[in-house]
Amino acid sequence: MSEAGTSRGGMKGRVTVRLRPGVLDVQGKAIAHALADLGFGETEVRVGKVFEVSLDAADPDAARARLTEMADKLLANPVMESFEIEVE
Amino acid sequence: MRFTVVSFPGSNCDHDCVRVVDAVLGEQATLVRHTADDLGRPDVVLLPGGFSYGDYLRCGAIAARAPVMAAVRRFAEGGGPVLGICNGFQVLTECGLLPGALGRNAGLDFVCDDVWLTVEGQATPFTRGVPRERPLRVPVAHHDGCYFADDDTLARLEGEGQVIFRYADAAGRPDPTANPNGSRANIAGICNAAGNVVGMMPHPERCAEPLLGGVDGRLLFDAVRGVLS
Repeated sequence: MSEAGTSRGGMKGRVTVRLRPGVLDVQGKAIAHALADLGFGETEVRVGKVFEVSLDAADPDAARARLTEMADKLLANPVMESFEIEVE
Repeated sequence: MRFTVVSFPGSNCDHDCVRVVDAVLGEQATLVRHTADDLGRPDVVLLPGGFSYGDYLRCGAIAARAPVMAAVRRFAEGGGPVLGICNGFQVLTECGLLPGALGRNAGLDFVCDDVWLTVEGQATPFTRGVPRERPLRVPVAHHDGCYFADDDTLARLEGEGQVIFRYADAAGRPDPTANPNGSRANIAGICNAAGNVVGMMPHPERCAEPLLGGVDGRLLFDAVRGVLS
């Protein structure tokens, strides 16, 4: 047993999923309203998701390729979302 | 006639569907688990409502990748009639058998209410012969029923008659005020290009016998039985 990220080949990636422009983000709007009530009336908010993934991979390029496959197959819905990949 | 109802962890309308098939229609219903690789040679496949896999990640996203969906896809691509209800509609969009996607309701609230639906578009196995001169009264119960498709997809759906159900007022007018969730073009249900795969947010299985307060939902199940017999 080990913590995620310590045993999996030491490679860490981050998949950031965002709603595409033009897709209604009602959660973002609600959060912006709440921020406005707290005195942050200048905001516009879009809500996304971040997946921190630890994985076995030979090198960063291989990790990036696998993370891209994961995002294509599951983590993002291309109808409404786009994604970006970072590898440490 | 054999109906297969697919049950995912978190499905909660699977037994409602089974009841409509066996108690209301008097046909044979089989529940098939998410891990199955075989649907049991059905004539019709129903994907029920609920919160499959807790709706983690996105509604229907994990169910859409469950092992049983390979068999559902083969059945659908072979022309078999498939109806996805509520979470089942979300699963069908997530696996690509239907275009577009379903997101959080525009009002942010979970909506649980009776709505009026126009019946239009292609004559699918579930709508062939269903009266179009009056709207149907069918309940909705969902948090993520806001239908989204980009402009090109929407134009194609409209042009090909793939919009099957639209939220309307009691007179059958698809007024924006009758839209419970912010769906584009008041869309409540669509079909694929071939017409055999249908997804809808409202629950016809919840209004298929008088004891439940309505029988309009039964028309869809009677339709598919009529088409196949």
